[in-house]
Amino acid sequence: MELKRTIKYESDRVKGFGREVMSVPGCEQLEHCIQCGTCSGLCPLSIFMDYTPRQVMELTRSDFKTEVLRSTTIWLCASCYACTVECPKQIRITDIMYELKQRAIHEGFYPKRFPIPVLAQEFYKMSHKRGRVTENFLATIMFLKTDILAALGMWRLGLNLLRRGRFPLKLEGIKRKSELERMMAVVDKLSIDALNNGHQTGGNGGRQHGAH
Amino acid sequence: MKYSYFPGCSLKGTGRAYEESLLPVLKVLGVELEELDDWNCCGATAYMAVDEVKACVMASRNLAIAEKAGHKELLAPCSACYLVLNKTKHYLHESPVVEAVVQKALRQANLTYSGNTPVRHPLDLLVNNVGIEEIKKHVKHPLKGLKIAPYYGCQIVRPYATFDDQYNPTTMDRLLEAIGCTMVTYPLKTRCCGGSLTGTLPEPGLLCSYILLKEAITRGADVIATVCPLCQFNLDCYRDKMKGKWGHETIPDPRNKDARVPVGPHLDIPVVFFTQLIGLAFGLSEKELGLQRGFAPMRKPACAQRQSAAA
Ligand code: SF4
Ligand code: SF4
Repeated sequence: MELKRTIKYESDRVKGFGREVMSVPGCEQLEHCIQCGTCSGLCPLSIFMDYTPRQVMELTRSDFKTEVLRSTTIWLCASCYACTVECPKQIRITDIMYELKQRAIHEGFYPKRFPIPVLAQEFYKMSHKRGRVTENFLATIMFLKTDILAALGMWRLGLNLLRRGRFPLKLEGIKRKSELERMMAVVDKLSIDALNNGHQTGGNGGRQHGAH
Repeated sequence: MKYSYFPGCSLKGTGRAYEESLLPVLKVLGVELEELDDWNCCGATAYMAVDEVKACVMASRNLAIAEKAGHKELLAPCSACYLVLNKTKHYLHESPVVEAVVQKALRQANLTYSGNTPVRHPLDLLVNNVGIEEIKKHVKHPLKGLKIAPYYGCQIVRPYATFDDQYNPTTMDRLLEAIGCTMVTYPLKTRCCGGSLTGTLPEPGLLCSYILLKEAITRGADVIATVCPLCQFNLDCYRDKMKGKWGHETIPDPRNKDARVPVGPHLDIPVVFFTQLIGLAFGLSEKELGLQRGFAPMRKPACAQRQSAAA
């Protein structure tokens, strides 16, 4: 059994992390969290999380970057917005979870074969490249990249879907793919500009990751 | 009135029964749709986890194409698309920086975004534009006696409650009552189905969906009505797994209130799109409405009642 220190040390903090997150548009209200726990109480997935949503809010605000980005919480968040609509301080918890997911992906902070970030990235790639997503192909890629045994376990579902005409055999795509590419290039270039201007936080539309 | 129509990826794939039933129902009601030219994926919840600004660009391309098409409003039947498109509108409105980036990107495609095309959900359109009375006029076979658990899911009422109550939405209840159905009390109307977790982490994901099924069964529903392709998929397609995990749990026996029976066999409750039910009441055939695509077909009594009502 591997024992880990459960008390956090001052030295575990990555100073400035909380500020950085709170400067992203939509995440500013985090500053006013009163730790009431409403979010944790409402969250249908909190019983599976290592840190509850309330804890993630405090850990983020208090600069415990590693803990937050390694937590299962951000990946278990199913974006149901139950917490966001009830937070007495109007903190957009779901959006903060999105921001943390983005940071965890960009900085490589998740277990290697963990399916959720893999799915997110494959979804991103497919919609980027083809303009549309064909769900069954996406799911297949995800299983192959994370857990081949689970993929084998899914054959029955695949077959059932196929039989009911719910398993398209061809990848969907848009006609004007190059148009979408050009549009995305504008955003990519932006991150290079941000790099050239030195690493700035806030005020640049949340593209801080581009600089890494 | 003619609307731009954004089907989204699911309605062309696993959730095609939603499109198959929505289109003929709207046709009966005289609502015209024009599919958005070369629409792209809205980005859903997964894209947003990777890059929020790009997610906005993806979604805004659709909004801009809709503006160009010139119809006043855009219809988005999938809950995820509906939310992402509306969320993007909010974002662009709130953050000039993001808007500037998006406009710059759109110019690459000779598009612009002005924010003048509202994104509407079919429930909203049916209740507030077409109207319940008009819908009643087209009912040929009222679905008398069919007990429904109305399940709305999260994303059409949260975080923005645009056309219905956030805690107790009723638009679908009213529509289905108008076609003869009876609503059972279903307090989990807007509880999360687990979203894409069912595919990635079955333990927590399937539990969310299972709770919804079990509650509907305990409340005595014959059918669960949904408005979202992902909710429908989660509740419909993982029953084998749920039976394996929780099939032995017991619920009160519907026939004898003092006894309890295992939930397993009851899990085969049909999970359909609300548009399929409306289509049945309008006298459209099961095939036309894509009802054969469900993993648990609408049970005989439900269909038989429909027949007898017709007689
Ligand atoms: S509900 Fe809001 S204020 Fe309360 S703990 Fe959660 S984030 Fe903080
Ligand atoms: S949005 Fe995420 S954190 Fe909030 S209640 Fe839903 S699953 Fe939990």
